[in-house]
Amino acid sequence: MNKDTQVADLTNLMSKFTAYIGKRLPTDVTTKLGELREKEVNFLAKEVYESMRQNQEAADQLDRPSCQDTGVIQYFLTAGAKFPLLGELEDILRNATLGATKEGPLRHNAVETFEEKNTGTNTGSKIPWLDWEIVPDSDSVIIDVYMAGGGCTLPGAAKVLMPGQGYEGVAEFVFDVITSRGVNACPPLLVGVGVSTSAETAARLSKKAILRPVTSSNPNENAALMEELLAEGLNELGLGPQGLTGNNSVMGVNIESSARHPSTIGVAVSTGCWAHRRGKIKINADMSYEIISHQGFKV
Amino acid sequence: MKKILTTPIKDEDLESLNIGDVVYLSGTLVTCRDVAHRRLIELGRELPVNLEGGAIFHAGPIVRKKDNGEYEMVSIGPTTSMRMEKFEKEFIKQTGVKLIVGKGGMGPETQEGCVENKAVHAIFPGGCAVLAATQVEKIEGAEWTDLGMPETLWINRVKEFGPLIISIDTKGKNLIEENKKGFNEKKKPILEKINQKIRFIK
Repeated sequence: MNKDTQVADLTNLMSKFTAYIGKRLPTDVTTKLGELREKEVNFLAKEVYESMRQNQEAADQLDRPSCQDTGVIQYFLTAGAKFPLLGELEDILRNATLGATKEGPLRHNAVETFEEKNTGTNTGSKIPWLDWEIVPDSDSVIIDVYMAGGGCTLPGAAKVLMPGQGYEGVAEFVFDVITSRGVNACPPLLVGVGVSTSAETAARLSKKAILRPVTSSNPNENAALMEELLAEGLNELGLGPQGLTGNNSVMGVNIESSARHPSTIGVAVSTGCWAHRRGKIKINADMSYEIISHQGFKV
Repeated sequence: MKKILTTPIKDEDLESLNIGDVVYLSGTLVTCRDVAHRRLIELGRELPVNLEGGAIFHAGPIVRKKDNGEYEMVSIGPTTSMRMEKFEKEFIKQTGVKLIVGKGGMGPETQEGCVENKAVHAIFPGGCAVLAATQVEKIEGAEWTDLGMPETLWINRVKEFGPLIISIDTKGKNLIEENKKGFNEKKKPILEKINQKIRFIK
């Protein structure tokens, strides 16, 4: 297969996959929502979970985006340095976004800043947003596609704490964000927390955290404990679906971290709504692929 | 039995409604969000749709143009209502709108507007956009299309559109604000419990 054909095929694949994840939720999210639904007893909570169920069924049958806000498209790449199309990936993903916008169809969500015009294509300056991590010896690439909707992006916040505030300050920050702005972000939420050295490093990690499966745990024992405590505590608040009160608030809490300056604790929160639309795909050097997040996808 | 509101909505249709009630809407529902509010209230431009007794939806849908030139509603869920808080009280007063549908709660200004002009705010379950689209019978018009797909005023004929959960009623009660108060009261003791277990800096 020559390079041009490979580029065209991969563009087509990523275009189809990007449109697809707007219509069907990843398996881990669907399973979790099913569990949470069973636990609800109050009338409004049950009513909303029933609407959610009907909605996902209708989206699947009618092949339509399950939420009208198909977000700004973000691609998080974990790319092998020896992946044959490494240099072409940026163009491929830009064209995949254009393709998915027509095919989905996706809502037009790229407004060019300062010009304040909607481009109508979901592409614009640095959009789709690409985040890169390079893996030295690998020849494959793993791409996380994420639809960053407005509602679940709005609670996003980052702050740098003084070490005296400790991890207690981190917990307080998370609770403040969720009780003030998380209520409007379509709970039950997946809460991503970055604990790091500065505002922007924590912010990036908090977003990476919500790309992890809802039931996954941080490999560090203390971080995993904190994930568990925060999830239990937030559930105890009882936000319920759409903030209408209920037995749960979150699908989970995921923490990602880095080392930090001794004088700072950078903390950030990113939230994913119940309709957490993300997909994970692995593409090998020979362009064969594997879908990690969903079952049943076909080009 | 389903409680169904029909446009044009009269004051007496709303007076008996309380926060937490579930209703449905039949008639006309117009999408109206950030820029449309700004144009009317801040820029003083006349709204191209008559909303007297009407219903608006804080929503930016996905719409497809069919081959015959008609529009098809693909996906239409609510957007965060709080973004319109800055404008809504004045919007209710100027337009005579009776039902505001959106996501999440709204603030004290909207509450005042609802009491003074006998209007209500209701929540449609967020993210349930295909469910909502199947309740749109027809798109009867589109105004201010220069704003692009999400911000255009889409005039929809809807049938038993809902569930709509009353979040602000005509007496000024506010469901989400009350809920938020409850969440904030619970927050402190929960954090105290957590904080004892995360003193990792020693």
